[in-house]
Amino acid sequence: MGTGQGPVAAQGAVLALDRIIKTFPGVTALDQVQLELHAGEVTSLIGENGAGKSTVVKILTGIYQPDGGQILLDGEPVSFPTAQAASGAGVTAIHQETVLFEELTVAENIFIGHAPRTRFGLIDTAQMRRRAGEILASIGAEIDPGVKLKDLGIASRHLVAIGRALSVEARVVIMDEPTAALSQKEIEELYELVETLKAQGKAILFISHKFDEIFRISDRYTVFRDGQFVGAGKIADVSEGDLVKMMVGRAVDQIFPKRAAQVGDEVLKVVGYSHPTEFEDINFTLRRGEILGFYGLVGAGRSEFMQSLIGITRPSKGAVKLEDHVKVIRSPAEAIEAGIVYVPEDRGKQGAILDLPIFQNVTLPSLRETSHRGFLRLAEEFALTRQYTERLDLRAASLDTTVGSLSGGNQQKVVIAKWLATRPKVIILDEPTKGIDIGSKAAVHEFMSELAAEGLSVIMVSSEIPEILGMSDRVIVMREGRIAAELEGDALTPETLVRHAAGIGVKGEAA
Amino acid sequence: MSLAETTSAPEARARGPVPDRLRAPWEAKLKSWESLLLVVAIGIFILNSFASPYFLNAWNLSDATFNFTEKAMIAFAMALLIIAGEIDLSVASIIALASTAMGLVMEAGFGTPAIVATGLVTGLLCGAFNGVLVTRLGLPSIVVTIGTMSLFRGISYIVLGDGAFRGYPSDFAFFGQGYAFWVISVELVIFAVLAVIYGVVLHRTNFGRAVYAIGNNPTGALFSGIRVARVKMILFLLTGLMSGVAAVCLTSRLGSTRPSIASGMELEVVTMVVLGGVNILGGSGSIPGVVIAAFVMGLVTFGLGLLNVPGIVMSIFIGLLLIGVIALPRLWAKFRGRA
Repeated sequence: MGTGQGPVAAQGAVLALDRIIKTFPGVTALDQVQLELHAGEVTSLIGENGAGKSTVVKILTGIYQPDGGQILLDGEPVSFPTAQAASGAGVTAIHQETVLFEELTVAENIFIGHAPRTRFGLIDTAQMRRRAGEILASIGAEIDPGVKLKDLGIASRHLVAIGRALSVEARVVIMDEPTAALSQKEIEELYELVETLKAQGKAILFISHKFDEIFRISDRYTVFRDGQFVGAGKIADVSEGDLVKMMVGRAVDQIFPKRAAQVGDEVLKVVGYSHPTEFEDINFTLRRGEILGFYGLVGAGRSEFMQSLIGITRPSKGAVKLEDHVKVIRSPAEAIEAGIVYVPEDRGKQGAILDLPIFQNVTLPSLRETSHRGFLRLAEEFALTRQYTERLDLRAASLDTTVGSLSGGNQQKVVIAKWLATRPKVIILDEPTKGIDIGSKAAVHEFMSELAAEGLSVIMVSSEIPEILGMSDRVIVMREGRIAAELEGDALTPETLVRHAAGIGVKGEAA
Repeated sequence: MSLAETTSAPEARARGPVPDRLRAPWEAKLKSWESLLLVVAIGIFILNSFASPYFLNAWNLSDATFNFTEKAMIAFAMALLIIAGEIDLSVASIIALASTAMGLVMEAGFGTPAIVATGLVTGLLCGAFNGVLVTRLGLPSIVVTIGTMSLFRGISYIVLGDGAFRGYPSDFAFFGQGYAFWVISVELVIFAVLAVIYGVVLHRTNFGRAVYAIGNNPTGALFSGIRVARVKMILFLLTGLMSGVAAVCLTSRLGSTRPSIASGMELEVVTMVVLGGVNILGGSGSIPGVVIAAFVMGLVTFGLGLLNVPGIVMSIFIGLLLIGVIALPRLWAKFRGRA
């Protein structure tokens, strides 16, 4: 990395990233990205899920170390080897999920790790409470620093998290999706807080999926796509449409093996599915041989809905019809019996049993088939496992090795094989290619098309636009627990997906 | 440079079918915990035979088996329960309650069949009580069974005070004092039959596979269609039932019921299970391991007894043995990790 050309950072940038590279095994998370944060200004970092936003946050806060490029503080190269180094340099972050402690008081939460001390080295509770009170007052929060955190509501907890971020002498404040859990009134209060911080001369990095917020409070924007810097500038100079194009306007660099769909009869019909907190009034149908995409932002309620469909949680109302018969599914065991299976997003916890061998994982839901009167038949188990793992091109030392020893891609193949071995009618794949290498991704996509061609109905939950566009016959977009749109054919474009998912009105055309 | 170009070079691998297994099952067994334990058992046996001239006597050896048969009956069910990630610390108190119930039935004038049935049913009911609290209310089993440990024995104390039930019918002595043939006691036969049944259930059935799956990852097992709550409920019922069986044997052997019967036995049962190679955190272990561990504990206790070692020293020795066998694999892994 040549540094002789002088800093890329423009005049006045408090903190800048210069050609930062970060790689993980099999993935380049950040490829020479740039970012500038200016005093008294809000810069919005915009990008799809997986664009590299959270990696940037982790590099700025000392959790990850960049593999190339440099971090410039006031134009001087610095490094943040630890989280303490970053906060010592005045960089603080308000995370999506700041870890707070239920049993501690508000003041203790705010000052945990750097509480003021008395001259005997004990925690100076009185001073800590006073200063916590000052910090909370400075952000307009009326919270008693002496109460325990568990007695506060979500919104107040959020303010405590913000207070904690501001309890160090901060010059740079990173706000990572700060409004995700807030009501409209609380969001307004947050905007006021951002104005206060701006007036204090702090440089703010704002990360949000919501365009109205971005335009409301930002001064500048920077767009990432697939770990690369796409563009930056003043927010006043761009339109929503420009930003959406920058986010998604990629050359399609993956070839999706989607075959012409032979879509048949209706297999699954979901009517009025609702849950008290997670989703509301979900209606759709699924046909034989169809791949139905479910797109939405993280937290749109897609996984929660799917898990309810297979009986992990109970819906408050709604009905499921499978091949014209009403089915009541109260447990995954009943879902398997009915022919609906779910490949979860969280492979390690929900999808696989990592410490058990491959063949035991694959046959777990099919034991009734491979066994005889309740007694195991290992030869049958190996045969079944072989049949499905070979189709998926599983790479493993043997079928007796533990699933945990495989790469992410091969683990996913085991999980998919396990569900196909039950010969389902409907397979739900939740982020089927998340965190797996390109080679395995292609194998999973190829296989998905084959299955659909064979007459299986597939529901694919994905946050990756190319995957959704490349694989789906039809797409349902969810937003905040509801179906925001159902798209197919010409209406299915990156722009329409992002607009519906983020809740921006679709101009001109009716979707 | 696109993302695809930088990352789309998967390592070229030799193609070919994936073998079922790399190691034959017998090879895995040879290097297992159970083999090591077997060596320990044989070692203790040899040491004992040198240490005391009375050890190598068929009747003495037969007596030695009473040191572990009743505990081992419970240990089999407990092994499954611990592999599934739960525990039952109330087993010794279930014995007390079951034995008390049997005494009441005996006092009421019923014969041996009714007494035995009462013991077994009481055990089942206690197991059901634990199971419902754990699986329906989602309470942690360690807390629930510490609670029922006091509760069950407490009932026994209320009924008996400092008294005792004596005068069981003479044919009732069959279970704890009878011999099937020569030196082979009825208890030893029950132990052997249960060992085979539990071994088959754990290692050769769908139910056993579900037990391992739940112990390794309860969420993953649930998502895989295992009826987790039902399996756990059955395990609590089995543990209760086995405590009932042990109550019949022990009461029959002692010929009386006191509320302090089998006190402290729950820890010896758990020790036996863990010594047998069952992971106390769940997920792994075997019945052959528990069987060998039962013999090891029986031999140690009996050997030390022959040497006139006082009981308190014995319990120190058992404690050290337990810590030793749990620490050993960790130390071994550390040592190998460094090499």
